[in-house]
Amino acid sequence: MISLEVNGKKCKVDVRPDTPLLWVIRETLGLTGTKYGCGMALCGACTVHVNGEAIRSCVTPVSSVDGKRITTIEGIGKTKEGKAIQEAWISDDVPQCGYCQSGQIMAAIALLKRNPKPADTEIDETMSGILCRCGTYQRIRQAIHRAAKKMAQGGKR
Amino acid sequence: MKEIVHLSRRSFLKNGILVGGGLTLGFYLPLRGSLSGASSPSGVTFMPNAFIRIGTDDKVTIIVNKSEMGQGVYTSLPMLVAEELEVDWTKIRVEAAPVDPAYNHTQWGVQGTGGSTSVWSEWDRLRKAGATARVMLINAAAEIWKVDPANCRAEKGLIIQRGTGQRISYGKLVEKASQMKVPKDVPLKEPKGFKVIGKSMKRLDTPEKTNGKAIFGLDVKVPGMLTAMVVRPPVFGGNVKSFDAKKAKAIPGVKEVVQIDSGVAVIAEGFWSASKGREALEIIWDEGTVAKLSTEGMREEFTRLSKTPGAVAKKKGDPQQAISKAAKQLHAEYEVPFLAHACMEPLNCLVDLHDDRCEIWTGTQLQTLDRDAAARVAGLKPEEVRIHTTFLGGGFGRRGNPQSDFVAEAVSVAKVIKKPVKVIWTREDDMKGGYYRPMWYDRIAAGLDDQGDLIAWQHTIVGQSILSGTPFDPKKDVDPASVEGAEDIPYEIPNIFVDLHSPKIGIPVQWWRSVGHSHTAFVVESFLDEVAHSTGKDPYEFRRQLLSKHPRHFGVLKLAAEKFGWGKPLPKGHGRGIAVHESFGSFVAQVAEVSVNPSGKVHVHKVVCAIDCGRIVNPDTIKAQMESGIVFGLSAVLYGEITLESGRVSQSNFHDYPLLRMNEMPVVDVAIVSSEEKSGGVGEPGVPPIAPAVCNAIFAAMGKRIRRLPIRIEELIKS
Repeated sequence: MISLEVNGKKCKVDVRPDTPLLWVIRETLGLTGTKYGCGMALCGACTVHVNGEAIRSCVTPVSSVDGKRITTIEGIGKTKEGKAIQEAWISDDVPQCGYCQSGQIMAAIALLKRNPKPADTEIDETMSGILCRCGTYQRIRQAIHRAAKKMAQGGKR
Repeated sequence: MKEIVHLSRRSFLKNGILVGGGLTLGFYLPLRGSLSGASSPSGVTFMPNAFIRIGTDDKVTIIVNKSEMGQGVYTSLPMLVAEELEVDWTKIRVEAAPVDPAYNHTQWGVQGTGGSTSVWSEWDRLRKAGATARVMLINAAAEIWKVDPANCRAEKGLIIQRGTGQRISYGKLVEKASQMKVPKDVPLKEPKGFKVIGKSMKRLDTPEKTNGKAIFGLDVKVPGMLTAMVVRPPVFGGNVKSFDAKKAKAIPGVKEVVQIDSGVAVIAEGFWSASKGREALEIIWDEGTVAKLSTEGMREEFTRLSKTPGAVAKKKGDPQQAISKAAKQLHAEYEVPFLAHACMEPLNCLVDLHDDRCEIWTGTQLQTLDRDAAARVAGLKPEEVRIHTTFLGGGFGRRGNPQSDFVAEAVSVAKVIKKPVKVIWTREDDMKGGYYRPMWYDRIAAGLDDQGDLIAWQHTIVGQSILSGTPFDPKKDVDPASVEGAEDIPYEIPNIFVDLHSPKIGIPVQWWRSVGHSHTAFVVESFLDEVAHSTGKDPYEFRRQLLSKHPRHFGVLKLAAEKFGWGKPLPKGHGRGIAVHESFGSFVAQVAEVSVNPSGKVHVHKVVCAIDCGRIVNPDTIKAQMESGIVFGLSAVLYGEITLESGRVSQSNFHDYPLLRMNEMPVVDVAIVSSEEKSGGVGEPGVPPIAPAVCNAIFAAMGKRIRRLPIRIEELIKS
């Protein structure tokens, strides 16, 4: 049995210990917002937060996160950065097919937590890990700036 | 895909009558449970036609017959309905249409999404659907109020009586409106009265695509569902000789290992057990003839073919003679590789098969064909098969497979296991699974007279036919999808000759975003640039002089050049390139600004794009699709290449089939021409011009002409 805290809820899962966290999240816990894209940590569609850090769940054995705190796209809206990013994504109509967007959003939130006012080069550096076949990159960049600005204004008030 | 028009005239006519004659009330629709659609406690809804359902809660459900794969049809098509229905945009919900002739493509006679046709092909039908519903709602209110309907108008989901200002919401009219006669020939709005069409309406699917709620095929669950992976032959056309499932079956969670037509299926409790089971499976293959093929061998064969006469696609004047007598001749060979669609969501299909029915959940672009294929495999009648179209995690043509490969295979797995089963393709399966954009080899020549005028153009194309052998086979020597964009070049040239070789080599090929244009635009616009430079003329000016009879081509060319600042100084080492191309009823020009570093790495700094797609429905969607097409095309220019060695595909995942990443994203600036022309497509037309624009810019920057894609860094290393 492996113990996890997913989106604030504690749970125990009985799976092969080498099962990637991605499939535990998707199949055992039924949270399908986190996506499978490559299985090799190449595309970032599976990005989730483990103890606040963005990781690739497709190559993370569930046994390695025993006892840790996991946040997925379904739970991220409760955070300040999560809310700002989701709102900015809607303002800029970022998603097209939408499949990669959970990964994009989770990576963008981790970036904003680290650096609330990232420059283009930092955005590019972090976000280049997440592939988007539809080509929403320009809008992602724009939306991250929008969210950063919104958060900064929120802080002043 | 305009060549498909005649294929199923019967269903087209049937459909035409349905629409023209008006749909009767209570029209049967095999609707699936709506997630968030109109609902009525009493169960009464107003459903004036196959596309609209209004509930007593005032919610308006628009049933969309096109698959949402990112191109924005779940927004643009509801806009067409909403314009005439006069409905509050925030009350609109979208539901995927089931498979039914009522939802057939207005031009194809089958239900499907592709060819950048969705908006223009539904332009009349959906506006009429909205207008019809509005008139019935007005008539219902007028009857309740006992006034002349002419004294009532519709606005934001309300019918308002003139004079008294009395108002009633659509939801309260549901029952009465359902008793109204369906009016014929309802007049439609004049464009100057449009309130929705032409505005950048927010995408209706964005919120659920930012919180994990959007359901793609891979996300669907049904009770008792198993997961299957199929090991397919390592070589196209191969077969299973024998297999040993003992070790695979010993893996915990593996339920069954069975041979099916396409390979061996490992059926397990979930993804990980299926994948472990598959690793343990031992198969001996009969590889077949394709095992002898390699990309290098194919290149040699294509080169040889290009020197022999092909099937004539276009002949104007006497090009052979004109070239032989020309004061100056130019010759070149161009090549592009096989390309995978590489949708972010790998292929998948969930099937729940029973003795008397079959339920399928998948992201498909060709519902009718998939349903019929599923019925054939299952031994059921087509009407006993239901397809639930989910969101598509990218399509780009791959999810509209004329052989229904991923659907038919999943049904065959379900037939064996007799339990709900989802077949999941891994990224590697998806990458190696075929149905690629064909590899092309082009031999091209031009003749100039002593004034430097282009007098002859000769273009030989070699590559597999996409349509041959499919239900859309034109059964002609020339597959129009092979020569589109080449046999119809807009430039004023007195002598033109285009011919085609369509070798049959057993690699499955398919339409890939922009189809034939994905290669012809590269060849034509690059070679025209070569011709321009050979005369010493500016490439923009050279095109302008040859486009006198094509104002829409010239319009976008001029707009892109102006917006970029064509002719203004550029930073040292930068070059700019221009290209213009018509596809799917739209005209797109792009100017790319590029630099190449000493190690040969290409940096695309900026792309200015101008599009004339006729009447504009959603400007922001048009911009998004241009950005998207440019990125899609850039991946192909810089990286995309599927190669074969001993019949085996060499690439497997994103490390050896890279896609453009955020750090390589150029600034993209899109301008849209305002137009009253019939709408054209927007999903594909942004792709074709980017390859030639970038390669022409590389030539401008460093004098190196790129004639083979993807760009090879070694060709650009500065000595």
